[in-house]
Amino acid sequence: MRWTKYLIWLTAAAAVYGIVYLLAHVGIVSRFFLLTMVQICIYIIMALGLNLITGFTGQLSIGHAGFMSIGAYATGIFVVTFGKPVSAALTELWGDRGVTDVAYYIFILTSLAVGALAAALFGLLLGLPTLRLRGDYLAIATIGFGEIVRIVLLNTKALGGASGLPVKQSVDWATAYWLMLLSVVLVYNFVNSSHGRACISIRENEIAAETMGINTTKYKVMAFALGACFAGLAGGIYANHMYLVHPNSFGFLKSFEILVMVVLGGLGSVTGCILGAAVMTIMNNVLAPFPELRMIIISVLLVVMMIFRPNGLMGATELRLPFRRASATGAEEGSGHDL
Amino acid sequence: MNSRKKRTLCTLMLLLCGALILAGCGTTTPPAQPSGNTPAAGGGEPAAGEPINVGFNLELTGSSAEFGLSGQNGMKLAFDKVNAEGGVLDGRLFNYISADNKSEAGEATSATTRLVGENVVAILGPMTTAAVLGSIQLVTDNSVVLITPSGTNARLTINEDGTLNPWIFRACFIDPFQGEVAANFALDALGAQTAAIAYDIVGDYSVGLAESFKTTFEAAGKTVVSEERFSAGDTDFRPIIENIKATNPDVIFVPAYYNDDGRFVAQARDAGLTVPILGGDGWGSGDMVGIAGAENMNNTYYVDFVSIDDPSLAEFVSEYEAAYGRAPDGFSVLGYDSALMLIEAVKKAGGIEDPEALRAALENLGEFTGVSGTMSIDPETHNPAKSAVILEFVDGVKVFKQKVDPK
Repeated sequence: MRWTKYLIWLTAAAAVYGIVYLLAHVGIVSRFFLLTMVQICIYIIMALGLNLITGFTGQLSIGHAGFMSIGAYATGIFVVTFGKPVSAALTELWGDRGVTDVAYYIFILTSLAVGALAAALFGLLLGLPTLRLRGDYLAIATIGFGEIVRIVLLNTKALGGASGLPVKQSVDWATAYWLMLLSVVLVYNFVNSSHGRACISIRENEIAAETMGINTTKYKVMAFALGACFAGLAGGIYANHMYLVHPNSFGFLKSFEILVMVVLGGLGSVTGCILGAAVMTIMNNVLAPFPELRMIIISVLLVVMMIFRPNGLMGATELRLPFRRASATGAEEGSGHDL
Repeated sequence: MNSRKKRTLCTLMLLLCGALILAGCGTTTPPAQPSGNTPAAGGGEPAAGEPINVGFNLELTGSSAEFGLSGQNGMKLAFDKVNAEGGVLDGRLFNYISADNKSEAGEATSATTRLVGENVVAILGPMTTAAVLGSIQLVTDNSVVLITPSGTNARLTINEDGTLNPWIFRACFIDPFQGEVAANFALDALGAQTAAIAYDIVGDYSVGLAESFKTTFEAAGKTVVSEERFSAGDTDFRPIIENIKATNPDVIFVPAYYNDDGRFVAQARDAGLTVPILGGDGWGSGDMVGIAGAENMNNTYYVDFVSIDDPSLAEFVSEYEAAYGRAPDGFSVLGYDSALMLIEAVKKAGGIEDPEALRAALENLGEFTGVSGTMSIDPETHNPAKSAVILEFVDGVKVFKQKVDPK
């Protein structure tokens, strides 16, 4: 039963990949479509990370773009510094063959890991002192963190300063897609583990959780570092795809956009934040031909959403496969679908 | 739990997503008909040939929207005019596609990607440096010419290692030249012995101007007594104004954008600083006086590309006012001129099928007369050599002060 479920999800994921690959290969979809795909993947990973912190552990963080920029810069600098020598060494070793490309691809994946780990480290460093704060105080501390990162990057000449850091494009949509799926699986499993349940208990009632013997600081820091790690990964993909890493691309507004995606999709829902990130990114890009109206339409939709579905598209529930509960009980007709 | 209702809503949302994705695909089909914005050309069909697609990648929203909107008006005016006259190359008309980059580098990359997908032969814009930086690689890879009307940073056309970015052009002079002009004006016209500089550390533009001002000013044997830094978006400048006041400079140079500098000027005057305040072309917007107050703006000067009350601009100004019901600013003129550059290059190349020919035509445009004056593009650096003007604010009105030629 469980395995059939995974198999179906995997087949669906592979089918999406196959269709887009075919369309891209034949040349039916444009570069802009593929860019939109990559952006969706980046924001899904970002939203997953923030959902761990805000949705599941209940800690309001508004500095998520700060972690993204740390990941983007760490990856960018790694690629810029080692890219050329590594590429030259590999060509010398194996010549102009497929194995060289594979090795370079592994190097790029390593750069993404560097970005994710750098962000996780900062998440840990920031989380340890600040997660003793609660609610509003933590939100303010994370805003401060995001701004500090931005200003420091802007003023560090070695990292490009206000000109930004140009990085060659070496991650395509397929890599972004599979990494996004990997992130979804990781987050889903974390949330459904004992660690995840500990995090949820902190969200529900921190004092009660502590009384029950849960080390709240430990789990808050864990969720925070993990969320930062995903933001770093997303930043790394961004750096390797978007040609230029610029500090102002990761400002307070970006943090807020991510929060909007999570809230729109549903705090505490993995499928919800996937939906939220996809809807927001697609809306932004589909409405691109109407620049005068784009931001107005998006804002109006958000207001309407919050009136009619204050808990987000999915609330705290998950999108499930139809047969799972329908086979368990036929009493409540239709309840097994969708939700 | 009200699962049926929830389910319906979720299904609706999913359908919406699907529709949006499909709509996204829809826009990517090859445009048999020019999409949107096709200007009317006397109601008749184009005489011959397909339209020439040109993309605008502009700051239509966000912090620099004022620049993008002005630039867009100028560009549209130029293309509408040439279309009304029957187009170029035996009746081929220009079809422009506008894209918003939200004044942000990542969105500019996104906008450029979209425009490249629409098979544009050239992209006009972005207006600001960071947004152009996000597009360089993409236009280079796809052999699309990019002309930025007002991206003044030297690194846009020349990389740090001294190599040329072959596909990037500009219709304005570069940052160091503005700082130089401001410094020379302070020395010669204002007779300044000491100067203070307050600049936005966040903006490369501001840093570049401040550096060249300092170099030129100090090269003349005078001293910069105070260098203060702020960040774009700051609202309280009083601490740095107090610092500047303590050093008692003859002139203050504040080379940032209009919103920050507007607040700076207002607060400096409040603090009793009456010395002349100078700025760069980032002041060239209608909002500056609104933010600072007309009274406070007296005794301030800024370097601009063009002066609207220049008699040689009269025809352009009246055309612009007839089309948009408002006076043009420096960015509209530069937008217009960048469009003229492209139109000239298309004529010179004799076609748009070969991107390299169009690029070479732009590079070797030679002496070229636009609205902002005569300019010539240096094939080595892609920077035009052209004159600058100093404008003075008198009771909230910009008045042409003097013209400064490149040395």
